Amino acid sequence: MSALATAVLSPAAVSSPLDAARLVVARDLKLAFRNREQIVQPLAFFAIVITLFPLATTAELSRLREIAPGALWVAAFLAALLALEFLFRDDSQDGTLEQYALSGQSLTWLILAKTATHWLLTGVPLALVSPLAAGALGVPWEATPGILAGIALGSFALSLVGAIGAALTLGVKRGGVLLSVLVLPLAVPVLIFGARATQLAIAGQSYVAALELLAAMAVLGVTLAPLAAAAAVRISLE
Amino acid sequence: MSEHSLRAENLHLWRGERHVLRGLSLAVREGEFLQLTGLNGAGKTSLLRALCGLLHLEEGRIFWHGADVREDLPAFHQALIYVGHDPPLKADLTAHENLHFWVGVRLRLNAKQISAALKATGAEALSERPVRTLSAGQKRRVALAGLLLTSASIWLLDEPTTNLDSEGMKLVARLIDEHVKAGGIAIAAVHHELPVSAERLRRLELAA
Amino acid sequence: MAWTWFHRLGSPPYVYRLAQRLTPWFAWSAGIILIGATFDALVLAPPDYQQGEGYRMLFIHAPSAWMSTMVYTTMAIAAAVGLIWRIKVAHAVAASCATLGATFTAATLATGMLWGKPMWGAYWVWDPRLTFELVLLFLYLGYIGLRASFDDVQRADRASAVLAIVGVIDVPLIHYSVVWWNSLHQPASVMKLGTPSIAPVMLIPLLAMFLGCTLYFAALLLTRLRGEILRRERAATWIREVLAS
Repeated sequence: MSALATAVLSPAAVSSPLDAARLVVARDLKLAFRNREQIVQPLAFFAIVITLFPLATTAELSRLREIAPGALWVAAFLAALLALEFLFRDDSQDGTLEQYALSGQSLTWLILAKTATHWLLTGVPLALVSPLAAGALGVPWEATPGILAGIALGSFALSLVGAIGAALTLGVKRGGVLLSVLVLPLAVPVLIFGARATQLAIAGQSYVAALELLAAMAVLGVTLAPLAAAAAVRISLE
Repeated sequence: MSEHSLRAENLHLWRGERHVLRGLSLAVREGEFLQLTGLNGAGKTSLLRALCGLLHLEEGRIFWHGADVREDLPAFHQALIYVGHDPPLKADLTAHENLHFWVGVRLRLNAKQISAALKATGAEALSERPVRTLSAGQKRRVALAGLLLTSASIWLLDEPTTNLDSEGMKLVARLIDEHVKAGGIAIAAVHHELPVSAERLRRLELAA
Repeated sequence: MAWTWFHRLGSPPYVYRLAQRLTPWFAWSAGIILIGATFDALVLAPPDYQQGEGYRMLFIHAPSAWMSTMVYTTMAIAAAVGLIWRIKVAHAVAASCATLGATFTAATLATGMLWGKPMWGAYWVWDPRLTFELVLLFLYLGYIGLRASFDDVQRADRASAVLAIVGVIDVPLIHYSVVWWNSLHQPASVMKLGTPSIAPVMLIPLLAMFLGCTLYFAALLLTRLRGEILRRERAATWIREVLAS
């Protein structure tokens, strides 16, 4: 037993960044599947918001089709905001984030791993459900690939950008509204081009250029957002 | 061995408007256990977190093996483990899984090592139980197993005996004793005196 | 020598006294220039051949817009200095900029709406420049809201600094949106390479308004900064000497 305590930290024993990231992903996935509210709540909220549109505007499918891109993206954005509350909350409260900051691994890298997992759990299901929601709004099935790709990419960019807001509002009581105010400015370009891509897909036109812009934003987000989020997390630990 | 391995010089720390650490200096050698005492609010937790590098020191430097820790903070972090007031355990994971993920981010572990650590702290029966179902004292024992697994030289512990009965307190003292005997360093903020062997024990009382 | 001056800028009492001395200069020069510029803009400058008298909104709208981004950039730089080098005065400067910047942004949007109705036929269009200016307003409001949600001043300073720095990307988006996208907005007629494409008789009051607004902002900033420093340093001893004088 004392041998454990005295084991010299040989280079082989230390976890590589890839090992650490894999564990972060595995842990978050495992936790999400044991406590599924993190996956279910945003999806349910998405469905509710989509339903509100025909109830509040019109039941005519041809007219719903016109507002479908906007409705899909409003609903996706609101669902993503709800999901962001789950990103750091538990880890912050039980000291896991603190342990990450003290692990000797790059906090930026670990946060990127967390954010990517978060997208897998919230953004991807949203993207998979969005063609169904679009169908309910009168959108033809041919538009499915475009809608799916758009919401998948856009929700990834939203997760990245939202991580900054989530990290900044750690520990703020009832920080949900503040989170929305913080995330909105950074999310506007994503919303604009995402809705555009969806609009083009529904109209049957080429949406590749808009998707490329979304992808570019996601790439920019991957390089910069985790840095800002890590800085915000360290500030919350002070 | 006679050199002070962990040294802090002239630490000044403010929390809001309170001047919590006012020019504090300390030095701990390998093989020593520094016991921090003081009333609530005296700054025990702040000192531990400042030593980790989590809190910003207005003034003062910290040296590990003679080098300023700020020059290579990740390496310093690899050499230390900090366990705060509440053990960093996830309620929905089992004890075994918790240790696997918590320590695994730092070190490559296998299942045998985790089981051995749980056995060492008397928590082997709890290995497959979700932490949600454990009592506070049992959680503390699981956290202590994690402590053993990290193989870190420096142990920074904030009230490690919370929620433990007298058996548990003796266990903590024994673990610390063995750790420092093997050449490690331990600093713990405590409310009660820990029965660690006298030649390794040093004391520091923080005034509020 | 220059280094000591820079070092002194980190000292709250020094900055307080400096602000106290400089404020009247900025305030008076701002007042004089603004009065002169306003008179020139509203009375002396001739009507535009296309828009008639309505174009005069330009004299408030353009300086406000310029100030809204300039103040944000100032705020972001001050926040970055405070975050990286941990200089408290820099955080005080950033905090003092926020409400001023938000007001300029709101004024830009409002004057833009009042001008847009007669010129474009609509109070609001979702063209890139307006959208990004609105985003700027949200950034300011988010900054102010984030600051307000922490009791601990240090945490408020540092968290809002991260936000300010991240949001600075909006500033180039506002300026170049008229270049990169088809926009209802005019492209730049003053801030571009080559000679300005606006008549001198209109250019001069416009530049004067820019200058006057900048001086006005400086005066307001220094005033707010003094209040901010007083609030943060209220426990310090040098405050009593200052209040006694």
